[in-house]
Amino acid sequence: MTKQSPLRITYKALAVALLLYALIYGLLAEIPVSPQMGSQLGQSARNLLYHVPNWFAMLVMMGISLYHSIRVLRLTDPDREQTENPLRADIKANESARVGVMFNILGLLTGIIWARVSWNVAKEATSFSAWWGWDPIQTCALIALLIYLAYYLLRNSIEDPEQKAKVSAVYNIFAFMTLIPLFFVIPRILDGLHPTADGGAVLFKKEGMNNLLRTILYPGMIGFILMGVWIYEIRSRATTLRFRWQEWQSNQEYDNSHQS
Amino acid sequence: MWQELRVLLRKEIMLEWKQKYAFNGLLLYVLSMSIVIALVFRDELNPSNWNLLLWLMLLFAAINAVAKSFLSEKPEQLRYLYTLARPAAIILAKFIYNAGLLALVALLSLGVFAFLGEQHFHDPLAYVGLVLLGSLSLAANLTLVTAISAKAQNQSTLLAVLSFPLIVPLLLMLVRLSDTALTGTGANQGEGFLGFLLVLTVILVGVSVILFPFLWRE
Repeated sequence: MTKQSPLRITYKALAVALLLYALIYGLLAEIPVSPQMGSQLGQSARNLLYHVPNWFAMLVMMGISLYHSIRVLRLTDPDREQTENPLRADIKANESARVGVMFNILGLLTGIIWARVSWNVAKEATSFSAWWGWDPIQTCALIALLIYLAYYLLRNSIEDPEQKAKVSAVYNIFAFMTLIPLFFVIPRILDGLHPTADGGAVLFKKEGMNNLLRTILYPGMIGFILMGVWIYEIRSRATTLRFRWQEWQSNQEYDNSHQS
Repeated sequence: MWQELRVLLRKEIMLEWKQKYAFNGLLLYVLSMSIVIALVFRDELNPSNWNLLLWLMLLFAAINAVAKSFLSEKPEQLRYLYTLARPAAIILAKFIYNAGLLALVALLSLGVFAFLGEQHFHDPLAYVGLVLLGSLSLAANLTLVTAISAKAQNQSTLLAVLSFPLIVPLLLMLVRLSDTALTGTGANQGEGFLGFLLVLTVILVGVSVILFPFLWRE
């Protein structure tokens, strides 16, 4: 492996700095309490800073996964020159989807907790609806999770590595193409509680979300995305090493068996 | 291309006509489901729930109908087919056949279901249009997923697992739009979403045609 380039060190340092800034300043800064927010939201509005970035980080990771899936298909195309082993691209597609799933689960969990204290305070803590309200965006997030779990099931049910890389890449691209347009339309058809839905809560529109929150939210978002890229890079490098090690081992075995 | 498409479609229809079990099986399924629902609910079913049950029935009919297209053919048969025609023609022929079969089944089951449920439509034309459009987009969605799951083991379980999350958002949308067409209540922004559904179906077919050549090559 090559030495760490300055760019790599910079982005990691930036990730740490931005996350620390979002974490510390996000908890210390004074939260705007507009009359609309009232007692219903109050201090829990800080969760915005730790809930929303997960989704943007997830989208970025899924985008990286899509990119590498397209590369898998291009590299397995016999009409093109093979510049790289398609299995390496498959490792990257797989690992970035995995980090995306991590952000998805984190986003769902932070959302569930937030929904409990802001939308469903009145409900009994033991009832299911106190934690989950089938809000359209919530539902879409759950469906995205199901898609990527299906992606892993598909991967597990194919033996041949090259075939696995290709088939799962096709599913990944197809799923991405079908879902992204729907996720933009469904919150408009079904009424929801999220601030982006028409007729939903207006807490963070215009005055509600003031500059202070913005100055923390956007840097924090970049921090989350950089952290995701960092995790993904470590994971894919580890898996690539393992892959090369196995390749080397099987080559050794092959050589040994032919010598004797 | 046209020639290939015509021959492939003819092959599908001839096969169906010879065996007849897929279409008849679907009809029987739809009929027995309608009877069970009519028996259980009698007059207690309100229009919205009736609508929901119809779409659920169509969903399972669609999965059963489309599952036949790649899963029932042996790998050797498929390989032989791939030497004869271009992959784009094969997937397009499968899609057109699936869409036609689904549309036919959907219309028939709509008729039976409406007759047994004594349903009055606020906007019958829009409702029929939605059912047709729904079967088109379900077929577009399911055809490629069937081809994908045909590549793996435990195919029939995988088909359900892979296709459900892709279909649920579509189904949510169809249920909501057709509910408006049925009862006449709710947001009146149907036309825009109809256009969107049509565009989405075209995109899905396009993506399937692009991706399928990568899938069949071994």
